[in-house]
Amino acid sequence: MIEALNLTKVFRDRKRGEIRAVDRVNFRCQPGQIYGLLGANGAGKTTTLRLLATILQPSDGTARVAGFDIKEQPEKVRANVGFLSTATALYGRLTARETVEYFGRLNGLDGGALKRRLDELLALLEIGEFADRRCEKLSTGMKQKVSIARTLVHDPPVMIFDEPTLGLDVMTARTIVGFIRDCRTRGKTVIFSTHVMSEAEKLCDTIGIIHDGALLAEGTLGALRQRTGLEDLEDIFVRTVEGSA
Amino acid sequence: MRLSNIGIVYRKELVDSLRDRRTLISMVVVPILLFPLMTIGFGALAAKLMQKAQKEGSAIMLLGADHAPTLAETIRRAAGFEVMPPAADYVARINDKKLRAAVEFPRDFEKRLATGDAAEKITVKLYHYAGELRSTFALRSLQKILRDYRDRVVENRLATRGLSPAVLEPFESKEENVASPEKVGGTVLGGVIPYFIIILCLTGAMYPAMDLTAGEKERGTIETILASPVGRTELVAGKFLMVFTASLATAVLSLASFAATFSLPLQAMKELGRGGRGGLSFVISGKGVAAVFFMVLPLAVMFSAGLLALSLLARSYKEAQSYIQPLVIVVILPAIAALLPGVELNVKLALIPILNTSLVSKEILTGNYPWGLILLIFGSSCVYALAALAVAVAAFKRESVLFRT
Repeated sequence: MIEALNLTKVFRDRKRGEIRAVDRVNFRCQPGQIYGLLGANGAGKTTTLRLLATILQPSDGTARVAGFDIKEQPEKVRANVGFLSTATALYGRLTARETVEYFGRLNGLDGGALKRRLDELLALLEIGEFADRRCEKLSTGMKQKVSIARTLVHDPPVMIFDEPTLGLDVMTARTIVGFIRDCRTRGKTVIFSTHVMSEAEKLCDTIGIIHDGALLAEGTLGALRQRTGLEDLEDIFVRTVEGSA
Repeated sequence: MRLSNIGIVYRKELVDSLRDRRTLISMVVVPILLFPLMTIGFGALAAKLMQKAQKEGSAIMLLGADHAPTLAETIRRAAGFEVMPPAADYVARINDKKLRAAVEFPRDFEKRLATGDAAEKITVKLYHYAGELRSTFALRSLQKILRDYRDRVVENRLATRGLSPAVLEPFESKEENVASPEKVGGTVLGGVIPYFIIILCLTGAMYPAMDLTAGEKERGTIETILASPVGRTELVAGKFLMVFTASLATAVLSLASFAATFSLPLQAMKELGRGGRGGLSFVISGKGVAAVFFMVLPLAVMFSAGLLALSLLARSYKEAQSYIQPLVIVVILPAIAALLPGVELNVKLALIPILNTSLVSKEILTGNYPWGLILLIFGSSCVYALAALAVAVAAFKRESVLFRT
């Protein structure tokens, strides 16, 4: 489970002064469900997810991820999280197998257990054919598969996806979307950010609309429709964001 | 902090770096080839040029050769000269490098030598182009011929007076080196060896340090690794060990290459030393070099950690290069200062990083082991190294550094 409690992140910029990238955000995301953070560029989606993945430290408030506090036990949190974004690139000079193995080892896997998990993932994601090729030589689709294997190697109960389909072609994006659904089916807690309305409509059990660092509205798609009296998610999003201005 | 994680990061970085052409070149290829290319390559080129110069022969001119028929004939018969017919524009031709030298004999030179007063001053003029290599060669050869001729004239004059040539040399002086070969070696090369080790430790660490920090940012892998359960301190430690390995590998390979190609320059220096002052015999002790290497270890730690911290500030590989390049000067200056005459090791200088190691290395290579200063220098270098490591760890914990945009 993921639980954000007054989660806040303030950046200090010499030119722009204090920027509240995430402002007292509260939400809860249950196992077996997909929570979608919907927002425009610069709304605070990436910062929120980086805070949950403990890549950044909150300025105020906190969150509990898989039962661990992000401030108190960041390494425990990371051991229970799979984090995937378009910014999480692969080591070009390592092979696909070496990459997955490296992250497996960092997650405490070793010996027979690591080998079994590797074989399982390589077969599941159909990586076997290019497992011993360097990542720099792989196509975008192949790289995404390796990235997925990297996030899954320790079988984490929580998955965080930051705009995972950004800049990908249709076929690769479909692989990712299918993978996110599969995570839900397997009972994982999934949070993902997007600014693509159709993606949110298709995937999310709960949608949170974030703007200027604040969570403006939250609920199932049906609940949001009922609250706004609008059918289309894009209209709902625009109304919510404009209403806050 | 989990040691196993440090080991995992280190092994991965090692594999990754050994597959990076730039790191491989700076860590393995350059140190192995640097000294052979510098010595054998340069030596072969110099020898070839010398041979060419000797083969071609130097164009010279004899002015007033009629006044010195015997001497002129000796010069004509000597190897390595091409005697040109006398001409009035010899100065211009020397300046144009068409003529290497010209000899001007005074009027009735040989007649005056044979019959004249021994106290009379007779001058033979040698025209040449100062600083021009082949003109200098010609000048030296001509000077030798003139010297030999003068000696023969003196011998004849002494003989006619019934005196032995020994009368001119009532006593002789003889130089004798009392310093041990190790001390001589330390004095001759004591400054240069530590200088090379220090500089190579730095250059060996440069590329991996940039690749493991700014390179990761540029390639977008920094977020991938930060999202894994590895601790920041473990991550820095693993990366640091890789950079440190590269730094030491560069220094060790360079030293091995230096030792392997050393015989040639050593021989050349011995030949130089033979020129009139007796043979210059020197050795560089293996124990001394090992001790110097040990003293350089904390410096290598400081360089590795400092370079990691500095290049982490950069957003890209290129930016990191612009930060690191000036650092090379900062390191070279104190390393060179130790080579200057008169800079002697004392307690104050023992606290100045790099300069202290360079100076103490010079002492060690001459066979002196000032233990108090050695301990002070090793201790202070370790403190600086630990401080650099702490800075690197702190840099990896700063979001503003890791996610600088």
